[in-house]
Amino acid sequence: MSDKKYKHQTGSKVVSYNKWGVIFLIPFMVVWLIFQFIPLVTTIYNSFFENYRSGLSQIGPNFIGLQNYVTIITNGDLINYSKNTMIMWIIGFIPQIFFSLLLAAWFTDPSLRLKGQRFFKTVIYLPNLIMASAFSMLFFTLFADSGPINSILVNMGVISQPFKFMSNVTAVRCLVGFMNFIMWFGNTTILLMAGMMGIDQSLFEAAEVDGATATEVFWKITLPILRPILIYVLITSLIGGLQMFDVPQILTNGTGDPTRTSMTLIMYLNKHLYSKNFGMGGALSVFLFIITGVLSLIVFRISYAGEVK
Amino acid sequence: MKKVASVLLSTLMAASLVACGTSTSSGTPSAAPAATEAPAAAATEAPTAEPAAAATEEGKVLNIYCWNEEFKSRLEDHFPGYEKVDATSGKIGDVTVKFTITPSTDNAYQNKLDEVLPANASAAADDKVDIFLVEADYALKYTGASPAVALDVKGDLGLTDADLANQYQYTKDVVTADGILRGTSWQGCPGVLIYNREAAKEVFGSDDPETVQAKVKDWATFNATAAEVNAKGYLMTSTVNDAYRVYSNNVTSKWVENGKINIDPNIMKWVEDSKALVDAGYTTTAELWSDDWNKGFYPEGKVFCYFGPAWLINFSMKSDDAASIAAKGGWGAVEGPQGFNWGGTWICGAQGSDNPTLVAEIMKQLTCNESVMADIVKKDSDFVNNKPAMEAAAKDDSYAFAVLGGQNPLAMFTAGADKISMSNITIYDQGCTEEFQKAMKNYFDGNATLDESLDLFYKGVEEKYPELTH
Repeated sequence: MSDKKYKHQTGSKVVSYNKWGVIFLIPFMVVWLIFQFIPLVTTIYNSFFENYRSGLSQIGPNFIGLQNYVTIITNGDLINYSKNTMIMWIIGFIPQIFFSLLLAAWFTDPSLRLKGQRFFKTVIYLPNLIMASAFSMLFFTLFADSGPINSILVNMGVISQPFKFMSNVTAVRCLVGFMNFIMWFGNTTILLMAGMMGIDQSLFEAAEVDGATATEVFWKITLPILRPILIYVLITSLIGGLQMFDVPQILTNGTGDPTRTSMTLIMYLNKHLYSKNFGMGGALSVFLFIITGVLSLIVFRISYAGEVK
Repeated sequence: MKKVASVLLSTLMAASLVACGTSTSSGTPSAAPAATEAPAAAATEAPTAEPAAAATEEGKVLNIYCWNEEFKSRLEDHFPGYEKVDATSGKIGDVTVKFTITPSTDNAYQNKLDEVLPANASAAADDKVDIFLVEADYALKYTGASPAVALDVKGDLGLTDADLANQYQYTKDVVTADGILRGTSWQGCPGVLIYNREAAKEVFGSDDPETVQAKVKDWATFNATAAEVNAKGYLMTSTVNDAYRVYSNNVTSKWVENGKINIDPNIMKWVEDSKALVDAGYTTTAELWSDDWNKGFYPEGKVFCYFGPAWLINFSMKSDDAASIAAKGGWGAVEGPQGFNWGGTWICGAQGSDNPTLVAEIMKQLTCNESVMADIVKKDSDFVNNKPAMEAAAKDDSYAFAVLGGQNPLAMFTAGADKISMSNITIYDQGCTEEFQKAMKNYFDGNATLDESLDLFYKGVEEKYPELTH
């Protein structure tokens, strides 16, 4: 296709429309530049400097090249905390997607004629409205050594001694995963429902006529058509999971204990705020950016492998 | 039905949100009436100003930065001529006093100070910080010489050695850097061992302080007693962190020596003793101030003793709750294994303040005036930083603490205050203490070996203070 032909097609009459396109884009571009692009660039820029506060005195900024990146890689923290983050995300995501699919399927199935749908849709979405930190605080109190859960368990005779939830790696990780699951499955259900309601009813009717069971309909019709929405849910949840912060931060009082096994990447980033260590914080953010990008790309590639040709 | 349900649910939601979201103090102190503020800024550079002449030229707003209500109530109750206006402000003469309260949680208070103090000299007259308060754990950060953010109490504010003569030496040491005193305190915080009288009767057959002291006179005896106490179903202390201050105040070296993190032998002794107590089930690893920690303030919590100064006894042990041990006067106090100091609040004048005369006056009244300080002891049961006042009170039975069942512990406190040495403090103390307790919890809980826990400690400290190594 030659430029000449293009020019010929877009004559003077059309140019005025292009102008409006640009004008309508300006608000987005301005906001994006100020709140996304400039912080992104300065973060990368800052990561090459030694720049922190010691008491009230400022150290740096001194240019130190890639030293911050080397430190982060060599002390093994990046791998450890990425692993923690992913483990806690998966613990939460598996039940989240399972229950969301199940509930969305039930809610959208006209043959079930569920009563009180609106009530339950509201109820499952409610946990998402609570501040994550408040929710986490609540769990911290519930599962404290002398908290209500322990007293219930002891009084029921399930355990003889209070169980120290906060000193057990699995318990802390599962609590974090469970909280994320409770907070987000309602949201996911609504997204999936939107997807399911968009499926042409005649497909279901046709399947029914052909004698397909409900299970077959779900696996052979609903899921394949739902794939774009599922990928969207997966990617947003993955990115949200990588940025997991408030729930484990409050639950473990910022320590990520026991032995930092529940410390996520962003909690680690937050550790550098104490000394206003912009250099290390910047380098870590760049790594996070890369990890998020790569993971999203992988998910995207795998999910669309069959279609992109 | 649906509507009722959803209205109900949303009300519930809103209620829980309100209940959970604590109020965040709005940062900017609003300007006072601008009618009478003419040449206020001129007075800023008047270090040794004479009260009468300078008073008219000084700022109209006295800004005080602090982290809780304590200092405010001291000022309201004891500063002559202070009128309370509302929850966060008051008046002294025609000067408006404004409190900016930022909680210490997550370092928020220090972050606030770090933001405003270096720029204080160039701030608008009504926004200038005049007084800020500091705690011992990080006092040196703000009382150092460079950058100097606190005013020299003698040179800039004009307090004399005679004014300060009755204060305990250690309270001056904490805020002295390079020989210059940059703060002053109305409070001393020598600590004692606070024991549960009921438990003492049950275990030793007597709640008499002398009997109890014999059982906790040094660490070896203390640890042996723990087994005895435990046999009757009591925890020796609520958590390992209770005894931490007692060990950490009796160290012979600093947390940081020549840029290297240093762990004092006495701190390691705390680790060793605590591990043994935890393993035997005589104490727990709960964090201070948590619900697991303060359950021992009630009889069913079954905790034998706590360690603490006067403020812990009077303000933290839930004496306002009728069910607590404190409300029934069920605690007793003895010296315990070692003397120690915990906490304390120091008043600092901020560099760039436009009310130096008033700042000096507040310091003089609250920290040097014996009769005002005697009032503080009487009304608030605080341990004040004034030797004659305390020595008189120690002999006077009318100063007995209700929480301690009518025992007067002031003689013990007075003896303790004389012995306290704070020569080993550094600007890193707060971070080191926090990280050390957090890291060692892993060791006590059996989730890590001692070496792994120490590595966690080093890692935590080096994140907070990147300039340090180990």
